[in-house]
Amino acid sequence: MSFINAAITLAERRSGKFGSSIFAGRPGTVAERNLRTLRSSSGLTFAAGFVEPVLFLIAFGYGVGGMVGTITDHGKTISYAAYIMPALLATSAMNGAIFDSTWNVYFKMQFAKLYQGMLATSLGTLDVALGEIGWAMFRGFVYAIGFVTVVGALGLLPSFGGALLAIAAAGIVAFAFASIGMGITSYVKSFQQLDMVTFLLLPMFLFSGTLFPLSIFPEWAQVLINALPLRQAIDLVRDCMNLNLSWSLLGHVSYFAVMIIGGLFFTTRRLTALFLR
Amino acid sequence: MTKSSEPELVIRAKGLRKTYGDFVAVAGIDFEVKRGEAFGLLGPNGAGKSTTMRMITSTLQRTEGELTILGKDPDKFGPEIRAHLGVVPQQDNLDRQLTVWENILVYGRYFGLSRKFLKNKIEELLAFAQLEEKRNVKSEELSGGMKRRLTIARGLVNEPEILLLDEPTTGLDPQARHVLWDRLFRLKELGVTLVLTTHYMDEAEQLCDRLIVMDKGQIMAEGSPAQLIKDYSSKEVLEVRFGSAGNSNAAKKLQKVGDRIEVLPDRILIYSSNGEKVLEQLTKMGLKPVTSLVRRSSLEDVFLRLTGRTLVD
Repeated sequence: MSFINAAITLAERRSGKFGSSIFAGRPGTVAERNLRTLRSSSGLTFAAGFVEPVLFLIAFGYGVGGMVGTITDHGKTISYAAYIMPALLATSAMNGAIFDSTWNVYFKMQFAKLYQGMLATSLGTLDVALGEIGWAMFRGFVYAIGFVTVVGALGLLPSFGGALLAIAAAGIVAFAFASIGMGITSYVKSFQQLDMVTFLLLPMFLFSGTLFPLSIFPEWAQVLINALPLRQAIDLVRDCMNLNLSWSLLGHVSYFAVMIIGGLFFTTRRLTALFLR
Repeated sequence: MTKSSEPELVIRAKGLRKTYGDFVAVAGIDFEVKRGEAFGLLGPNGAGKSTTMRMITSTLQRTEGELTILGKDPDKFGPEIRAHLGVVPQQDNLDRQLTVWENILVYGRYFGLSRKFLKNKIEELLAFAQLEEKRNVKSEELSGGMKRRLTIARGLVNEPEILLLDEPTTGLDPQARHVLWDRLFRLKELGVTLVLTTHYMDEAEQLCDRLIVMDKGQIMAEGSPAQLIKDYSSKEVLEVRFGSAGNSNAAKKLQKVGDRIEVLPDRILIYSSNGEKVLEQLTKMGLKPVTSLVRRSSLEDVFLRLTGRTLVD
C-alpha cells in the first residue's frame, strides 16, 4: 500500500515556506464547514441580528424623525431617517461580525471542541483564525447588503454608486470587528466576561454619533468618542454613502487595518497557546 | 520506500520530556515505533500516555528531548506532519451540528482533499465503519460505539500512515469493543502503523505487537505482550480469597509457596508455572480458600510486578 496521498502532497507543497507552521493556505475550508451548518440550522437566528437595525431605522427614522424634521449635514439638508441610515448600516455590519466572532466562536472553542479537531488535521492556527474571521465578516457583510436593500426599498438611498461604496466600506468594518471580536473571545474564560463585551457595545452604539451629531458633546468627549471603532465605522460608511470622498477616508481604513491585523495576530497566537502547546 | 531490510522507524523519541511548572507529566522517555507495527502505551490514568500521544500528534510541544515523526520535528512542521497522521482523540470531538456524511467530508476538506476524491472515499469509510445506514443522521444522535467508529473513519479520511488512538474503547460495551478491534486489525493488515494508549490489559494483548508500560511519566518496561509476561511474571497465576479478615493471616503462611505472591486487599495472587499444583499444596497445608481460580498470567500481572499497584482501581 502506498502512502503518498493527496493530503501529503498538498501539505508538502507549502513545506519550508514562510509561515508554514501556522498556515496551510486553506482558511476557506473552515468557512465551508460553517456554510454547511447554516443550511441545517434555522434561518431565524441568522435573521435576528439583521432585523435590529431595520427596526431602529423605522422607529427612530420615522417615529423620532417626524418630530425632528430635517438635519443639515456637510451643508446638505436631509431627512432625519437619511441621516441615521448610514450609521445603522455600519452598526448592522458590526452586529453580524461581532455576534459570530464572540458567542459562536466561544461556543465552538469551549464546548464543541471544534478547533481541537481542526488542528489535528493539516490546518494551521492561522487557517482557523482567518476562516472563522472571514465567516464572521461574511455574516456582517450579508447584514449590510440586506440593510441597504431595505433602505433602497424605502427610497432613502442618495445614489446607487454611494450605496455600492458604502457596502464595500461595511465589508471592511465587518472584517475589523470580526477580527477583534475573535481576538478578544479567544482570551475570554467565562460567559460573564463575554457578556461584558456585548454590554459595552450598547453605549458605543448610543453615543457614537449614530442617532445625533457629536457636536452636542464637550470637546474632550468628542476626542474620546472619535477613537471608538464604531465611530470610525460610521464616519467611513456615511462618507462613502454620501460620496464625500477625501483623504480622511484613508485614515479610517488604516484604523481598521490595525484592528484586522491585531485581531488576527492575537487570535493565532492564542489558538496556538491553547491547542498546540 | 526504504531499500534496507531494517524496518523504517516512523517515530523516534529520545529523552522526551514534558513538564507543567513543577509537575512532570513525561519524565524523559525513549522509544521507537517501526512502520507497520501496532505499538501500545499502557498504564493507569495519569501515567503520561495521553501527554506523550499529544506530543506525537504535534498538538503539544515538548519541554525537552528529541522527537521525530517521519523524520521531522513536530514543533516546526506541525501541519505537514499532521497530513500523515490520523488522530482519534480520547474524547470524541465530532462536529455535532453536521451529519455523519458531512463530518467526514468537512474533515477531508480541512486536509485540502477534493470533493470528487472525498465522494468515493466517504462511501468506503462508511462501509468500513458500518455506518452506511446512518449517513444522514446528525452525529450527536449516534450511540457511543458509533461515535467512536465515526471518529476513526474521520481520522482515516486522509489515508494516514500512522493512526493514533487515545483510549479507543474506553466507555464502550464489550460488543462495540470487539467490532472496533476487528476494524483496527484490518487497518494493521493494510500496513497502517497503529499507536494506541490504553489502560485495558486485554486490549493491549489483543492489538499490540509491542508496548511500553508507563507509570508516573516513566517507562517501566518494553516488549511484546508475550515477552513482558515471560520476563516479569510466571506462566500461571493462582488467585485465592480467604475473606477480608482471613487474607493477611493466610498470606503469612504462603510466603514459601510458588515463585512469588502478591497480597491485594481482596485476594492473594500466587505466581508459579503450575497453578493446580500450588492449589493442591495449599490443601495439604490445611488452607481452605473461599474461592480459587487458576489463570494464565496477563499484562495486569506484569504491571502489578513493576509498580506494586493494579491498573484499574
